[in-house]
Amino acid sequence: MAEKEVMLMKGNEAIAHAAIRCGTDGYFGYPITPQSEIIETLAELKPWETTGMVVLQAESETASINMIYGGAGAGKRVLTSSSSPGIALMQEGISYMAGAELPGVFINVQRGGPGLGTIQPSQSDYFQATRGGGNGDYNVIVLAPNSVQEMADFVDLAFELAFKYRNPAMILSDGVIGQMMEKIILPPMKPRRTEEEIRKECPWAAMGRKADRNPNIITSLELKSEVMEQRNIHLQEKYKTIRENEVRYETRNCEDADYIIVSFGSAARIGEKAVELAREQGIKVGLFRPITLWPFPSKEILELAKSKKGVLVSEINAGQMVQDVRLAVNGAVPVEHFGRLGGIVPDPEEIVEALKEKLIK
Amino acid sequence: MAVNDIIAPENLVYQKPKLMNDTTMHYCPGCSHGVVHKLVAEVIADMEMEEKTVGVCPVGCAVFAYRYLDIDWQEAAHGRAPAVATGVKRMWPDRLVFTYQGDGDLACIGTAETIHALNRGENITIIFINNAIYGMTGGQMAPTTLIGQKTATCPYGRNPDIHGYPLNMTDLASRLEGTCFVTRQSVDTVASITKAKKAIRKAFEASMQGKGSSLVEIVATCNSGWKLTPAQANEWMRENMFPHYVKGDLKDTTGI
Repeated sequence: MAEKEVMLMKGNEAIAHAAIRCGTDGYFGYPITPQSEIIETLAELKPWETTGMVVLQAESETASINMIYGGAGAGKRVLTSSSSPGIALMQEGISYMAGAELPGVFINVQRGGPGLGTIQPSQSDYFQATRGGGNGDYNVIVLAPNSVQEMADFVDLAFELAFKYRNPAMILSDGVIGQMMEKIILPPMKPRRTEEEIRKECPWAAMGRKADRNPNIITSLELKSEVMEQRNIHLQEKYKTIRENEVRYETRNCEDADYIIVSFGSAARIGEKAVELAREQGIKVGLFRPITLWPFPSKEILELAKSKKGVLVSEINAGQMVQDVRLAVNGAVPVEHFGRLGGIVPDPEEIVEALKEKLIK
Repeated sequence: MAVNDIIAPENLVYQKPKLMNDTTMHYCPGCSHGVVHKLVAEVIADMEMEEKTVGVCPVGCAVFAYRYLDIDWQEAAHGRAPAVATGVKRMWPDRLVFTYQGDGDLACIGTAETIHALNRGENITIIFINNAIYGMTGGQMAPTTLIGQKTATCPYGRNPDIHGYPLNMTDLASRLEGTCFVTRQSVDTVASITKAKKAIRKAFEASMQGKGSSLVEIVATCNSGWKLTPAQANEWMRENMFPHYVKGDLKDTTGI
């Protein structure tokens, strides 16, 4: 077996390396802090000379998401990335992709808002990511990495899920994970698919009609309400299948715990330390980390919370995921929220203090 | 001579293009879209590219273009067709990729996508139907509406003090380094239809030869939106549109 390639790099750089290595056909993006290293690294690595992957700087996020629409609609593995204000601008395209059932992948390296906000990290786009974000009844698959390693690993996973369900998939990261450097093992090289493989995997793709089939039409439009309702029902059935099969999460120190901290992404990394500190003070705390934010691990959180004294949802926002946790727990035990805003990343000590103040008293 | 003798295959002088589907069109009688659809279908068949073509349709009257031509299509969000076409063409460089857009789609909400796709020299063709009005939504003012022209949102005529000036995207496109062929045509006479078809063919050939972006503007009628008969609409177009949107090749570096 070949030696594992261990490297030290930023989360954003890891995304770029992973994209090339997992057989991505194209990246289309527009620079924005704190994620510009993704397109910069790709430009430096020149994958068009090795794997044949296309890298193109678009004129706006609106354009890049629509380039993704075109590339995904033609059956290719295409990717874009941005940060919060840019992702807001992409919502039109994401809604169209959900409606047309296109398997594109996009990455949000979040920064604080609202508006132009700040370039410092935040998790305040949770609602936008998990509720659809654009117009219409739809969901995108949302993966939340908490390390540079997961930034790399989730690129291929996002593509696999996106193509499996013909649905857009998002990696919801933030400025902490994007900018911090960690040791990672690069994913193995996977070749780009051939035209034959694409035609087989994506018989729906609009890439040129062979004489043996009818034209493929990529569209989200249907003026007949009866047909449009059926199309919506089909989408909802697909989302149900995804909810039943693709929930991912991680638990730490939960078995003997009296209290549970629920956190995702970078907040979960800080939560790990908070669990350690609390246990040093004799408070038995465990950590539950949703890895998929949609589908959300509601059943698993309820199952765990039932036997505990309380739940603290610690996230870098004003209280967004806490709503999903409260829906899951449904009053079985108290659920409280702790968060810092505007680009401030909380200390583990603050989380322990919040736990004591809000739940233990 | 019996009718069956007259319609014998050897006497065939004209037929429906083989890439036109047997679907009833939603276009109004007198509209230019049907003619331009036919020309696009003929050119693709003439070039034997039906298995290698991806069309991108707009939001506007041509939103259902995908129902009428027997090729693969992608339906784009309003104004985004050039970005969608960029995605398709960059992923499949050996395909014939074109967009089919109206003036509201191309020259208003999608101005940025249009100019940047053209200026990058994407090897795509943009077919631009300019009828100086928003047809599908019921005849509102378009970026190309002429000064003094009455529409649902400028019922007293377009007034530059309030509404600004008509935007001439094709002139603009001819100044961009990424374009190789920029032309303005019409389909109101048999001669003009023949010329328009040649222009579409040249644009598609240039796309396939990797010479850069092509823009084929068709100055078109919207007799319903203009509230004229089809014949009056042609007259109105000749009298009012042609002086402002002058026909002919604005740029041709294709060598084709």
